[in-house]
Amino acid sequence: MEKPTTRSYKVACLKLTLILLAIWAIVSFGCGILLRNWMDANLPSIGHVPLGFWMAQQGSIICFVLLLIIYAICMRRLDEKHGYSEE
Amino acid sequence: MDQDTLNYLFIGLSFALYIGIALTTRANSTKEYYTAGGGVSPLANGMATAADWMSAATFISMAGALAIGGYAGSRFLMGWTGGFVLLTILMVPYLRKFGKATVPDFIGDRYYSKFARLVAVMCAVFICMTYIMGQMRGVGVVFSQLFGIEIQNGVIAGALIVFLYAGMGGMKGITYTQVAQYCVMAFAYTIPAFYIVIALTGNVIPQLGFIGEYIADGEPVPFLEKLNNINQELGFSKYSEGSMSMVDMFCITAALMCGTAGLPHVIVRFFTVKNVRAVRKSACWTLSFIAVVYLTAPTIGAFSRVNLINELHGTVYNEAPEWFSRFEDTGQMTFVDKNGDGIIQYAGPLAYRTSDGRLAVAPSLKEKKELGLSGDQADPNELIFGPDIMVMANPYMAGVPPWVIALLMAGCIAAALSTAAGLLLVLSTSVSHDLLKKILKPDLSDQEEVRWARVASFVSLAVAAYFGINPPSAFIAKTVAFAFGLAASSFFPTLLIGIFSKKMSREGAIAGMICGIGFTLSYIVYFQFLGGAADDYLFGISPEGIGTIGMLINFAVSFTVNAFSPEPPAEVQQMVEDIHIPSGAGNAVDH
Repeated sequence: MEKPTTRSYKVACLKLTLILLAIWAIVSFGCGILLRNWMDANLPSIGHVPLGFWMAQQGSIICFVLLLIIYAICMRRLDEKHGYSEE
Repeated sequence: MDQDTLNYLFIGLSFALYIGIALTTRANSTKEYYTAGGGVSPLANGMATAADWMSAATFISMAGALAIGGYAGSRFLMGWTGGFVLLTILMVPYLRKFGKATVPDFIGDRYYSKFARLVAVMCAVFICMTYIMGQMRGVGVVFSQLFGIEIQNGVIAGALIVFLYAGMGGMKGITYTQVAQYCVMAFAYTIPAFYIVIALTGNVIPQLGFIGEYIADGEPVPFLEKLNNINQELGFSKYSEGSMSMVDMFCITAALMCGTAGLPHVIVRFFTVKNVRAVRKSACWTLSFIAVVYLTAPTIGAFSRVNLINELHGTVYNEAPEWFSRFEDTGQMTFVDKNGDGIIQYAGPLAYRTSDGRLAVAPSLKEKKELGLSGDQADPNELIFGPDIMVMANPYMAGVPPWVIALLMAGCIAAALSTAAGLLLVLSTSVSHDLLKKILKPDLSDQEEVRWARVASFVSLAVAAYFGINPPSAFIAKTVAFAFGLAASSFFPTLLIGIFSKKMSREGAIAGMICGIGFTLSYIVYFQFLGGAADDYLFGISPEGIGTIGMLINFAVSFTVNAFSPEPPAEVQQMVEDIHIPSGAGNAVDH
C-alpha cells in the first residue's frame, strides 16, 4: 500500500507539472505560432516590434527560464513539506 | 598584427586552456570516464551542459538561418530552448533518481528486456551520428575559413582534432573544459553584437536595439521596419513574416522540443550532479546560460541581414570590401555576374529581371510565374552563399576590431568541438558499455571497454566526416534538426511512458520505438537523399518536422500493442513508483 504522504506528494507534483506545461505551450505554440498574427494586430507592441513576433524571437525564451526557476523553487518546497529533502 | 596571426593566437590560447584542464583531470578508470565521479556542482554542470548543448548548429548556423528566414527562424529559438522545459520537468529528475549511467540502461531495465536495450542502443547511434554530421560540417566551415582551404579539407582537419581531443580527457576532463568553453563561446557570441548594435541603432544592449530604431542612415526609422523594407525591395518576403507554413512551423518546433527532451547526450549530463534537487537547479542554470546566447541570436541575425545588404548589394565587384575575397577564396560566397555589369546584385525569390534589364519585384510567387520568365530573367540573384557563413561574415561586415573576429573564431571552434566530443562519448559508451558489455560480452574488462569505446569513436567520426563533406541538407541547423526528429520519435515517447506509466510493457515500448524511428528515418532519407519532391510532403510537413508525426506514431503503437501484451512484472512496477520519490538517489559513481 502507498503511504498517504507519498500519494499527496505525487498528486501535488503532477498538478505543478501540468500547470507549468500549460504555460509552456501557451507562450511558445500559442503566442509564438498559432495566435501570432492575432497578437501582432491586436495587442500593444514591444518597442517597435509587434508582440507576437517578439514572443517568437525573445519572449518565449525568457518565459522558459522563469518556468524552470519556478519549478525548482516549488519542487524544493514540496520535497521539504513531505520530508523528501536531503540537505 | 594581421587577422590570421590573431586568429591563430586566440585559438591557440583557448586550446592550451582546454587541454591544460583536460590533462590535469585526466580520467583513470571507466567510472570516471563516464560520469566524472558524480560530484560536479550544479553551476559548473549547468555551464558545461550549456556548452555541450550549444553546438555548431546554434553557434554557427542559427543566426544565419534567422537572417535568411526571419520569423521562420524562430522555430530554432523556441524549439531548442523550450525543449529544456520538457526535459527538466518530465525527464531528468526521474532518470537521475533511477540512477543509471545511460539512456539505453534505463530503457533496458525499465522494459526488462535485452532487446529493448538493443533497440535503444541503435536509436542512440542513429541520433548521435546524425547530430555529429552537422558538427563536422560546422568544424569544416570554420577550419576552411581559418586556413583559407576548401571545405572538404576543413572537415578532415576538424575530424582529426575532435578525435584527439575527445579521446584524451574523458568526461571529467570534458566537464571542466566545457565550463571554459562556455565562457569563450558566450563572450565570442555577444561581443560582436555589442559592437554592431551601437553602430546601427545607437543602443548599447542588442536586445533593445532589436526593438529600437535604426539610425545609420541619419533619419531614425524603426529597426524592424527597415529590415522588412530592404527585404521586400530585393524580392524577399518580409523579415517578420518569413516563408514557412504554420503547420510546418508548428511541427518543426514540436519536434525540436521533444527531441531535446529525448537527446541521450544531454540527459546523461544530469547524471553528473549529486542528487535530484541539484539536478533541477543545474537545469535552471543550463537554460539561463543558454538563454544568453539564444536571446542574442535573433539580434545578430537581424543586424547581419542589414549589413549584408548594405555592404554588398549594388556594390561594384572590383570595389567590394576586402573581406569578401576571404569568403570567395574558400568557395563559401560566390558572385556570378549574370548581366555582365560588374555590379553585385542580391535578389530574392520574388525578384525578376525585366526585358530592359532592370530588377523588378513581383507581388507574389504566383504572379511571377504568370510572367512566364526563365533562366537568369527569373532568377536574377548574383550573390550565392549558405546561411552557415553569416555568423562568421557578420563581424567583417560590421568592421569590428580584428581581435573580436579572432575571439569569434575561437568560439566557433569551441562550439563544434565541445558538442562533437560530448556526442562521441555517448555514442562510444552506447557501443562499448550498452552493446558489448551488457548484451554481447558480459565478461569484458574495464580496460577493454575503454578501448572499444575509442574504436567506436574513430569509426563514427569517419562516417560523420563523410557526411560533413556531403551534407544531407542545405545548412547545419537543418541537419541537426533531423537528429532531433529522430530523438523525438524514439526516446521521448518511450522514456515519457516509461516514467509516468507503470503498466507499459516491453512489447509496447519496443514496437513504438521501432515504428517511430523507422517512419521518421525513412521519411527523411526519402526526401533528402532519394529525391522526393516537396509537393509530396505528408500534410505539407517537411522532413525537419516529421519527428512530430513519428512521435505520435510511437505513442499510438506503444499503447495499442500494450493493450494486447502481458503486464510488466511487479518489481518493475515498484521501480516506476520509486523513481517519483526524489530522496535516496544513489551516487552516480556507484553503478
